Amino acid sequence: MHWLFEPGFFSSGPVHVALVIGGVSGVVSALVGVFTVVRGQAFGGHALTDVSTAGGSGALLLGLTPLTGFVAGGLLGGAAMEALGTEHERGRDVATGIVLGAATGLAALFLYLDATSGATSGTAQQVLFGSIFVVQSSILPAVVVLAALTVALVAALYRPLVLSTVSPEIAAARGVRVRLIGVLYMAALAMSVGLSSLTIGTVLSTALLIGPPAAALQITRSMGRALLAAALIGVATTWLGVLLSYDSFDWGSSHEAMPVSFFVVALVFAAYLAAGVSRRRPARLRDAEVR
Amino acid sequence: MFSSFMVNAWASGSIVAVLAGVVGFFVVLRGAAFQAHAIPNGAFAGAAFANLVGIDPLIGLAIFSVGAALGIGVLGRRGRGDVVTALALVLLLALGALFLSRTSAYGPEVFSLLFGELLGVGTSQLLPVGLLAVACVATIGLLFRPLMLTSVLGEVAEAKGIPIARLQGAFLVVVALATAMTVPVVGALLIFALMIGPPAAARSLSARPMVGIALSVLLALVTIWSSIASSYLTDWPVGFFVGVLGAALYAIGRGTAMLARGQSRRHDRV
Repeated sequence: MHWLFEPGFFSSGPVHVALVIGGVSGVVSALVGVFTVVRGQAFGGHALTDVSTAGGSGALLLGLTPLTGFVAGGLLGGAAMEALGTEHERGRDVATGIVLGAATGLAALFLYLDATSGATSGTAQQVLFGSIFVVQSSILPAVVVLAALTVALVAALYRPLVLSTVSPEIAAARGVRVRLIGVLYMAALAMSVGLSSLTIGTVLSTALLIGPPAAALQITRSMGRALLAAALIGVATTWLGVLLSYDSFDWGSSHEAMPVSFFVVALVFAAYLAAGVSRRRPARLRDAEVR
Repeated sequence: MFSSFMVNAWASGSIVAVLAGVVGFFVVLRGAAFQAHAIPNGAFAGAAFANLVGIDPLIGLAIFSVGAALGIGVLGRRGRGDVVTALALVLLLALGALFLSRTSAYGPEVFSLLFGELLGVGTSQLLPVGLLAVACVATIGLLFRPLMLTSVLGEVAEAKGIPIARLQGAFLVVVALATAMTVPVVGALLIFALMIGPPAAARSLSARPMVGIALSVLLALVTIWSSIASSYLTDWPVGFFVGVLGAALYAIGRGTAMLARGQSRRHDRV
């Protein structure tokens, strides 16, 4: 096994923390992300990550932990998008874009101020691209609690959420408060984005949110099985990403590890493509229409 | 503020604004905000690549953002568009992060590529940027009628035999070229704000396409000029002002449109 696991992989403290945080955020993002993908909210989910960037960099400026800022920013951004969002799809597209643009502007300012105040160096890439190997183990309880809360929220919403995701009209007719469910779901989304921002950075947490669920949904159509498959793919890609990044220290002569985020994203993308290839059977209708 | 080293910033900023106003109008009209957000990140990866290999940044920018546009276009036809866009986006960012981690200029470089560097434009870059801008606007001009038709009346366009998928691909390539040259000025994340805020505000103010495009260009110019001036005065990143002003313009535009609609209740879509 020596060729696979570089010496010290299992005895290194930072690696343990990285594996726990990576695994937890991989599972939570995947569970929440299945709904994001089916609801066609990939753009909204991604925009939340950028809002979280603003939150995270603002928190550093105030001396709070990034996690607080990620979650607070995400919750505020989700609320703003729900408030601005109009009914038809293009209106929602633009509303999301506007929130996204404003949030990145704020992030630019906060990161600039972080950098010039000199408190922390390298804030920009820490917030944007994550730093899973330098996460303090003292933050683990907060991560686990937040993850549990997020999963509990999704579980509590499960039936009405599935119904209003698959068919909002039927859900409304059955007395489900579709709008309320949407808002609560946005909150779960914001919390999961906050979690994965810690792992691979806000900019790339979209990868964990969209990739594993999209791959899972290509393999199976059943909601339950998709949730399971997405969670498995999510954990597998983050753990493998951590391992490869650790190993990459000894690749070549430079002795500089390649970023975890790169490996995680590359693996997620590969999983999506592989899932697409494994399911080549039905020539899909939409395809034929478009051509 | 108008001293010699700022001349390039004003000139390139104005070119960028005109272009973002025109291209952004169609981005908003077609609901392609996500793609327009993703493609500039290809430019980010491209700039990082050029930095690593040591070629002209503009070449790296162009190759990666056009590649991103084509990739999104092709994969998006097979799978779900928004999912493919999201994955392409993160892949490009991750590649950018990887390339930058291989060079020594990691920190400041990331920041200026993502959030823009006002003074990052050299005199030698002005000419290619200007030429690319003319090419992009000309292409939009050539595609004007089919673009309008497919954006507004998709079924009619289809019945007339307009190749919708290919047209969307061509449009994304124009977006890619437009972003390739704007990234060094306002940054990968904020060219997007310039492409969405002013055009969305313009669209809510006028339903007529030509008026809308003119308004959109005008608002984009106002945004970038005031952003450059504010950035010069405060030393804060230009991207901050672009992002916030874009959102403010949109809010004002929607507020005005709502007031106007109070009198005549008609739908605000073209």
